[in-house]
Amino acid sequence: MPQTTSAMVDIHNLHTRYGKAVVHEDVSLAVRPGEIFSLVGSSGCGKSTLLRAILMLLTPVSGSIRVFGQEVIGLSDEKALPLRRRWGVMFERGALFSSLTVAENVGMVLHEHTQLSGALIDEVVALKIALTGLPPDAGAKYPNELSGGMRKRAALARAIALDPELLFLDEPTAGLDPLSASGIDELVRNLRDVLGLTIMMVTHDLDLLWRTADRVAVMDQGHILGIGSMMELSQLDHPLIREYFYGPRGRAAREQAWKKK
Amino acid sequence: MTTTPAAQLVIETDTATEPASVTVRCAGAWTVREIAQVEQRLAALACPADGQLRIDISAISALDTAGAWLLHRTIRGFKQRGTRVQVDGLRSEFGALLELIATRSTTIEPPARARIGLLASIGQKAWRNLLNFSGMLAFIGENAIVLLRSLVQPRRIRWRAVLYNLQIAGFEALPITGLLSFLMGVVIAYQGADQLQRFGANIFIADLVGLSMLRELSPLVTAIIVAGRSGSAYTAQIGTMKINEEIDALRTIGVGPLELLVLPKILALVIALPLLAVFADIAGILGGMLMARSMLDVSFDVFLDRLDDAIRMSSFLTGILKTPVFAAIIALVGCFQGFQASGSADSVGQQTTVSVVQSIFLVIVTDALFSILFNWLHIWSYLN
Repeated sequence: MPQTTSAMVDIHNLHTRYGKAVVHEDVSLAVRPGEIFSLVGSSGCGKSTLLRAILMLLTPVSGSIRVFGQEVIGLSDEKALPLRRRWGVMFERGALFSSLTVAENVGMVLHEHTQLSGALIDEVVALKIALTGLPPDAGAKYPNELSGGMRKRAALARAIALDPELLFLDEPTAGLDPLSASGIDELVRNLRDVLGLTIMMVTHDLDLLWRTADRVAVMDQGHILGIGSMMELSQLDHPLIREYFYGPRGRAAREQAWKKK
Repeated sequence: MTTTPAAQLVIETDTATEPASVTVRCAGAWTVREIAQVEQRLAALACPADGQLRIDISAISALDTAGAWLLHRTIRGFKQRGTRVQVDGLRSEFGALLELIATRSTTIEPPARARIGLLASIGQKAWRNLLNFSGMLAFIGENAIVLLRSLVQPRRIRWRAVLYNLQIAGFEALPITGLLSFLMGVVIAYQGADQLQRFGANIFIADLVGLSMLRELSPLVTAIIVAGRSGSAYTAQIGTMKINEEIDALRTIGVGPLELLVLPKILALVIALPLLAVFADIAGILGGMLMARSMLDVSFDVFLDRLDDAIRMSSFLTGILKTPVFAAIIALVGCFQGFQASGSADSVGQQTTVSVVQSIFLVIVTDALFSILFNWLHIWSYLN
């Protein structure tokens, strides 16, 4: 595997099971540095589970997952810590700590993993909150006082608190209004262009895919049907992929993307 | 994993020129994990207001938002004091980042938290307690209405939920209630044995154990166990449902949360607690009886004979009649505190604590009131 050693995430022949139900069968994919890689597929096809396996929240049956070139399956917590500090994760429902304010949520990561002074941490936190497009007064609010879209942004602010090299986004635009969602599109692209992040996301949002994703993997029932750019995938002949791209919603998003170009 | 070189800073002060000029050479990785030391030295960096500051950043190998912010903040700080600042060696790949920080920084002012004075916080607490109290009264009222409506139409009562709660709060509490009450009987007999022996009044051990268990201890012990076991569970369950908006979902579906969640719990506890108390009575007396034989040589026969004379129906009833009231208190307080949870996981924990403390407190206060009431109204004489 000569070219895969430089991959940020490299998955080989992965098999996963929940009890008796097979989730993944022989899944292989690689995320290259600096790209926005997206996983798509119908609900329950194992996208989020794949993410959980990469994040060491779930142990696969067999196969290998390398993150930053290091095997993560069976890694001890102690050895996993340096890895965990280099990635940021945004969960689908935010998973903000409900008893902390937004600023405390973001600052907690910095307090935990850096030796910066309290004052500088407060400033960096305010910067991250501003970077995600939240108003400055959002920092002092508790997660339950925020709207869904603001909560997503706050979760993103926490995910990028440590300036991770690799960012995982689980459904970054799910449940957002179109305006907030397109804000997220821009944000994702900005993060990659300015901060040089590698981004791996799970999403259903075709607009987001057309606008941001460099490469996309289509999953169905634990298999990968195809990997490529949106343009390449939309020309594939697989019925499921065609349905995905040429269904009513897919077509609209595609036309939109064409007009942009 | 390659090791990144820590951020470095070289400060050269040139005092030959007038006004003095300072050159700062930055090197290494200016990333969030590496800039801790640099931050302190930059904070101590001094440059005369009319002097010139040169910042050379050509040797910086990596820059992230935290590092860029630190640079930006330093430069802005000196500029505001009137120092001329010159930045050298800006690489194109860092330019975009610094620019982004600069455009966003106008909006960045760490918000100051409003501070509350002592007097204000006392006032707020008092007000909150008052609201809590009136909320509790309203809750009792609402439940009374729901109960009356259910009594008119008994089909509205959720019998499955009642039975389920009866099993969880009643049947499954039998072992722990029995054990604790048994031990209570043992302890009372043990403590009393010494005193009674001194007067040769061994036989009165039956009076001591029987009366204290039946009238006070077993209802209290049972109520306290149930408050800790079930009252807390009620608060946690309803509190979590409230936070997940499940309560709101119930309302929109057209199912009253009180009918589904509260009333079955109250009914189940009102049935279960007296039964548990009877069980506790028996267990406690068994404990005392065992102790009486081993410490005072009072055989089981003699003990039971004496018990028959010592306790009357009234002793039993004064204990048991209190328990439905205790049950209502525990269920109402537990459910009410659950509904008070809001927002965070923390608040569920806090409300659970409040619920257990409040229900035990109220149970003991009510117990005292019952003692006064029974004495005052001479209810015993009627019951005899």
